Formats: sequence, C-alpha cells, structure tokens
Amino acid sequence: MSERVLTVEAMQVDLPLAAGTLHAVQGVSFHVDRGETLCIVGESGCGKTLTALAVMDLLPSAARRTAARLELNGQDLAGLGERAIADIRGNRMAMIFQEPMTSLNPAYTIGNQLEEALLRHRPVSRKQARERALYLLDRVGIPSAAGRLKQYPHQLSGGLRQRVMIAMALMCGPSLILADEPTTALDVTIQAQILHLLAELQREFAMGLVLITHDLGIVARIATRVAVMYAGQVVEMGTAQAIFSAPSHPYTRGLLDCIPVPGKTRRGEKLGTIPGMVPSLIGLMHGCRFAGRCPYVVEACRQSEVPLAPGQAPDHLVRCIRHAELGGLAAHAARAVAS
Amino acid sequence: MVETGLVRAGIPTAAEILAPSPAAVLRRRALRHWGLLIGGTILAIIIVMALLAPIISPFDPYDQQLGRKLIPPIWHASAKATWVHPLGTDHLGRDYLTRLLYGAQISLLIGVSAMLISGVIGTTIGVLAGYFGGRVDMVVNFIVTTRLSMPVVLVALAVVSIIGSSLTVVIWVLGLLIWDRFAVVMRSATQQVRVREFITAAQAVGCSTPRILLTEVAPNVVNHLIVVATLEMAHAILLEAALSFLGLGVQPPTPSWGLMISEAKGLMFFDPWLITIPGVALFLLVLSINMLGDGLRDVTAPENRN
Amino acid sequence: MLAFTAKRLGIALLVALTVSLITFSMIYVSGDPAIAIAGEGARAQDIEAIRKFYGFDRPILEQYFSWLGGALQGDFGRSFTLRQPVADVIAARLPVTITLGALAIAFALVLAIPLGVLAAVRPNSIADRFALTVAVVGQAMPTFWFALTLILWLGVYWRLLPITGSDSWLNFIMPAIALGYYVTPAIMRLTRAGVLEVLSSDYIRTARAKGLRPMTVLFKHALRNAIIPVVSLAAVQFGFMLGGSIVIETIFQINGLGYLAWESIQRKDLPTMQAIVLSLSVIYVLLTLVADLLNAFLDPRLRVT
Repeated sequence: MSERVLTVEAMQVDLPLAAGTLHAVQGVSFHVDRGETLCIVGESGCGKTLTALAVMDLLPSAARRTAARLELNGQDLAGLGERAIADIRGNRMAMIFQEPMTSLNPAYTIGNQLEEALLRHRPVSRKQARERALYLLDRVGIPSAAGRLKQYPHQLSGGLRQRVMIAMALMCGPSLILADEPTTALDVTIQAQILHLLAELQREFAMGLVLITHDLGIVARIATRVAVMYAGQVVEMGTAQAIFSAPSHPYTRGLLDCIPVPGKTRRGEKLGTIPGMVPSLIGLMHGCRFAGRCPYVVEACRQSEVPLAPGQAPDHLVRCIRHAELGGLAAHAARAVAS
Repeated sequence: MVETGLVRAGIPTAAEILAPSPAAVLRRRALRHWGLLIGGTILAIIIVMALLAPIISPFDPYDQQLGRKLIPPIWHASAKATWVHPLGTDHLGRDYLTRLLYGAQISLLIGVSAMLISGVIGTTIGVLAGYFGGRVDMVVNFIVTTRLSMPVVLVALAVVSIIGSSLTVVIWVLGLLIWDRFAVVMRSATQQVRVREFITAAQAVGCSTPRILLTEVAPNVVNHLIVVATLEMAHAILLEAALSFLGLGVQPPTPSWGLMISEAKGLMFFDPWLITIPGVALFLLVLSINMLGDGLRDVTAPENRN
Repeated sequence: MLAFTAKRLGIALLVALTVSLITFSMIYVSGDPAIAIAGEGARAQDIEAIRKFYGFDRPILEQYFSWLGGALQGDFGRSFTLRQPVADVIAARLPVTITLGALAIAFALVLAIPLGVLAAVRPNSIADRFALTVAVVGQAMPTFWFALTLILWLGVYWRLLPITGSDSWLNFIMPAIALGYYVTPAIMRLTRAGVLEVLSSDYIRTARAKGLRPMTVLFKHALRNAIIPVVSLAAVQFGFMLGGSIVIETIFQINGLGYLAWESIQRKDLPTMQAIVLSLSVIYVLLTLVADLLNAFLDPRLRVT
C-alpha cells in the first residue's frame, strides 16, 4: 500500500557567483512513498541540504531552481507561486533543521510558536491549537508539557528543543517530513532517542520521511531506501539492504570502507580513506565527478556525462560506467588495488 | 586539482606565493571604495585651500570695508555682484571667500586638536580597561557612564562662560569632554585582541606589559583608532560650530563658520547666502570626514559595518 | 528580575552622586564663583553680597552637602538674578523641553525605523541607497543650520509653519524635525543592521518553513528581535536631545529648559545652570536605567542576570 508522497525528477539548483555559476544540485531525481524513509547521504557540500531546501522552496533568493517534476502527493509544486507554496509549507510538508539551539525565536514562548504553526493553516481556535500542541509535546516525549508551553526556548536543552521542532513539524499533520541532520548537533545518547522517536512517529502518522545525514550509522538504523550524493549528483540509489550489502559505486564503497567493522577490521589496520578533494562545482563540467579520486578510473570516465542507470537490480541505480565489471570485487580487494 | 597533493604537504602553492600582501590588499580595497575616495578627495581639497588661504585670496579676513557691505555672491543676478568678491561680503564688508577659507583653518585646527586630546584620554583608559579587565574595567566603565550622563553642550557652555571663551579654551573643553567614544571603542577592540593567542604567547615568553601593549596590542587596534578619530574630529567640528553659534565658542572677529552663521542670523531673510555658504562648507567638511571614516572602517574591517 | 533591577539601580545612584559632585564643582572652575557671577568690573561689596547670598563663604563640604540635601528635596535655593526658587523655574520649563524631545524622537523613529527595515529587506537597492543618503546627510548637517534653513523655507518662503514661540503644537513641528533629524541616522543604521542580521538567523528560516506569511515573518518574528537594541538607543538618544535642545530652543525661542540655560549663561546665573545640568543628568541616568529594563523586558534571555 504505497502511495507516492514526493516525486522529484531532474532537479537543478544553480547559484550565481562572482566566479561563475555554482551548480550545487545537478539532475537529482528521487521519490518517497508513505511510510518509507529515504536517507540522503553524502559529505559536506554535496548538495543534500540544498536539495531539501529546494523541495521546500526555501533556497536563498539568488538561487535558481528547475525541475522536470516536483510533486507532493501528485500536486505540482514547481509552478506554484510564493503564496501557494507558503500555504503548503508547514502544512502538508514540513522541515526539521540541524541546529535546535537557534531554530526557535527567543522572544516568544514555545506554546506561541507551536500554536502559530497550526493557526496559520487551519481555522481553529487558540484553545484548540493549544490542545494540539500539548498533545504533540507529550507525544514527542517532553515531560510536564503544560508547563513547557509557557517557557521560552532558552530554558530548554538542545534535545528538548529538537523535540519541540519535531512537534512543530507535526502540528498540521504533514504527509512529508524533511529532516536535515536532525541529530548532528546533539549528544550521542540523545541522537538515538530522537531517531527512535522519528521512526515511531513516521509509522504512527504514516508519513514519508526524507532524512539527510552524513552518518552511515544513522542510515543503517533507520533507512528504507538510500540515495548517495556526491558533488551535486545522486551517484547511487537503492534499498538500504542493497546499498550496504552490495555497494556498486566506488564512492559508496569508499564511504563504507572508512568505517571499521568489529570482527573484520584487524588491529592496527589502517582505516580506509578516499584521497583527494571534492571538485569545484563552478562552471561547466563533464565526465564523472568522482574521476579524480576513483581507484578504478579509466579514460572513458572523463569523456562524457555518466547517466544514473540500473545496476545489480532494476531498483538499484548507479552512476558508474564500470559498475558491472566492478560488481564482483570485494571491498577489501578494492582497497588493495588502490594502495 | 593538481595542487591538492602539495597543499596537503604544507608547501605553499604558486598561487599562495604570488598572493598580495595584506598592505597591498588594503590599498587595493581602499582605491575601489568610492566613499573613501570621494570623502578623502574633498577633505584634501578643503585642507589645501585652507592652507593656501593667503595665496588664494588677497583680502584680510578682519578687514572691514563698510562701504562694500552685503555684496551678494557672483551667482546672484544683481548689479552689485562682482568677481572681486566671488562669494560676496558680509555685514561689515569683509570678503566672504576669505572668511570662509580662514574659517576652514579654524575648523580644521579645532577638529584635529580636540580629536588628539580626547583621543589620548579615551584611548588610554579604553585600552587599559580592555587589557586588564576586572577592577580597572569596572572603574573605567563607571567613569564613562558618568561622562555619558552629562549633557556635553551644556557643560561646555557653563565652563566656557565661567572661564571665558577663546580658541584654546574651546579646544581644551571639547577635548576633555568627547573622549567617551574613544574609550568605548578602544576598550572593545582591546578586549577582542586580548583573548588572541599571540598575547598569551607573548606573556609566556616573559614580555613586559608595556611592551606587549606597544608591540602586540597596538598594531591590531590601530585601525579602529583611526576610524574613531575621524568621526570624533567631525564631532568636534560640529560642536565648536554650535558653541560659536551660541556666542560661546570662538570670539569675533575670528572667522569661525558657526560664528559667521550666527552673525548672519538676523540678516538671513534678506541675504540668505550669508548663512547658506558657511553652512554648506560645514556640511561638506563634516561629510567628507565621515565618508573617509566610514570608508576606512569598511576597508580595514568590513565586518564592523553597521 | 529583582536582583537585576536592584543592581542597575545601585549603579545609577552612584553615577548620579558622582555627577552631582562634578556639577557642584563646576562653578569653582574659575576659582571664585562669586566673582564669576558678579562679572567683570563689579564692586567689592556686590561680590560680597553675592557670596553671602549663595553661601560661598562656608566650607566647601558644607556647601556641597547642603546643596545636595536641598536638591534631593527638590529645593535648589533661590536665584540671585531671578529672585525665584530655582526649582520652580525648572519645573515650569521642563515639560516644554520634554515635549520637544518626545516629538523629536517620535519623528526620528517614524522616519528611521521604516527606512531601516526597508533598507534591510532590500539590501543594495535604491531604497537602501536612499536610506543611506538620509543617514549620511543627517550626520553631517549642523543642527542649527538645518533649523535656520527650515525656518527659511517652511516658515518664510512657503509660510507653512510659525517661526517662533511655543503657543500651539504647530510651533513644535520645525524644532522637532530639526532636533530629531540628527539622531535619525544612528537609529536607522541600527535598525537596518539588526534586521539584516536577524533575517539570516535560523529561527526566521523556521518561520518561513512553517509557511508563515512574509509580513508575519518580518514583523512578528524579525522586527521583534531586531528592535530590541533600537529601543534602548532611542531612550538614550532622548536623553541627548534633552541636553542638546539648547540650540534649537534659542533659535525658535521656545521656553524650555535649554532656553533657560541660555538665559542663565547670559545672566551669569551659575547656580541655575548648575541645577539644570544636575536635573538633566539625573533624568539621563534614569533614562539609561529605563533603557536597560526595557531591554530585559523585551529579550527573555536577559532576565537571568
């Protein structure tokens, strides 16, 4: 019973700079269904945050977004004007950000900011809004919720503030939640709690969840499907199972290699690294973006644009012209070849 | 991308070696900042004209020629206007251009002197407060708050009225009153430098405090000092003009622009240029100094814009 | 909150006391206040009479304490030249100056805040450059010259407003504009900087992500935070205007405290000058205190200290 919540096809985000145009997001396509969690993974600067902002239409004013398709529950978002999009934001799709410490207005109470989210989109009374806020605060695990409503953000810890942000995202019962590194700024123990909470809420409210992270541990714990991004492009996309058991793109392999595995990694063994740096995204580019760092690079890789094509399974997409021949190599052996 | 390996080894790349020095960067930024350029140019022109006053104008600013009083400036469509007195004459027949030029000398002199006096006072207590913190900071804060609680113009007027007004008195009274912004800005700037590691390093090596202040702190706060100095110079000029306007600044017949406006007050309905000309001069002088100060601030520390 | 207020109050009192000390010593700046008051060429017996009248022959400390004691009870003694209790004269003139100051700050706020907000919302646009020009011109123009120019254009050439006196509220328009224009740049710049900074903060992004309308985001969320420092600046600037109104009041002949100060100087009525300076300083200290409290009231985070 999957119902498509979000469809993104060939989305592009460009930022005009003095030095040229920065192609921050290039031809990104993905989809999310009800009840599934798509994790977008990648290192800093790969464009994952901008992708989420682009969906919400929260990009900086200088940025330009284009997309072949951008649909929420089948409704086109790309052609909507500012007013129409504002009606949908916080209502049918919501976003949670990375820094809970600064994401709430210090001048207003928690209750005020929560109720505001509902009052904006529904013709309810203040009292009804407060009841919903109370319910959600309780549901996200904040003790003595009634008292919290009257408190100011600076009186809450980071973990509590992030729970408030989650509650705020849920006020109008959205079908899609975009969470941009929601646990990165929190303690490790709190991280686990927040993730658990998100998974629970997603099940209970049957939402689609897009979780952006650079932490593969989080991906392993919560993802249904995974999209790996590098230098503005999706380089591999498939089920979590497929990505972890049969990583097909050299970059994905490299990411997984960086993680020491208890039982497999020997003592004193050097952890894997990916040598080199992310290429500049300014101006014209051709060929595989990962070519400069790939241990399997051949001349053909730099020649023309590499498409995202089905790999080991029809729903497992890879952006690599050599993925078929590399499919058999174990990650271990791959490292030996590179060094 | 070829450079990656070299960068990671710590060896400077070709691009880094050829990069301009901080001074060159400053100079380039300065030359591109049109506010700084315009302000600086106008100020330079005023200074040059003030210094060359005896050469530019043949008249004596104190020379009264009652037969030639109230001649309008050259752009007036009047038969009396003449190129001999391009800016006309005042109610005592003195050439207005000459008075304007010598008035510039007075304004600049007072501006610079008061700025120097207040600068020394304010910078000293500000840097001490910022560097030592604690009790010293508390005391300085208290002094500054007290000074800020007193109405500058009134106190200046009261003191001048008791002692008697003259150029020297005005300079000293102003200098002893407007040091507050120096203190506040220099304190804040010193505080920011104080926590930098090279100060701790200097202390660890055993440098004496005066030496640290001179060699480590001073170079890093001097750009703030220059900016405040220009703004306070403008402030002093405006204050002197106001004092002279009220009759308690520079005394007649000395040509102060504020005094010239005051003397012309009664005649302004018939000969408005008598107040317009010195007023515009004051405006241009203060404007150019402000633009220069703002420009210096933008160029040396763009993050401090507000 | 109570501890915060108490601490601020304590400092304010200390400052006021120090100011009273300075104000008191002001008249001794020339050595003998009696001579200063009597003026040049006064006869010895006149000087002696003045000395006796004001009690300058008493020990200095005694003078200070009796003066301070009197001041605390609202009694500044009598003025030799005015033949009235000084406190009465000040009390009569103070409201006029306060009205002028209030109108001036109101004018400045009405001009500066919208300009600042507009400039911040559209940085580097024509509106921004216009706001900047207003600021730059305001800071460079001598207040007295601006006042005279206003009189010339609005009062004489266009005959829109009355030139002198303080009968009707119309009399206060030009003075308020002349006085208020000088503090407009500071307020505008602070508003612009504050709004600009706040607009790039995370909670504004959250507000937009909630789908709130742009006006709501700007006024309810952004301005509410950006305006905090502006409020305290406005309170402080109001204080400046009370002190700096002497020029405007003398030009427009408005019977306020500044004009009284002017007259006192002409008459060498030093004790009245003293009383005026002390009154204004105390008001100023109170205003700074109010500004601090307002700050804490507007920003919940500050209420801890």
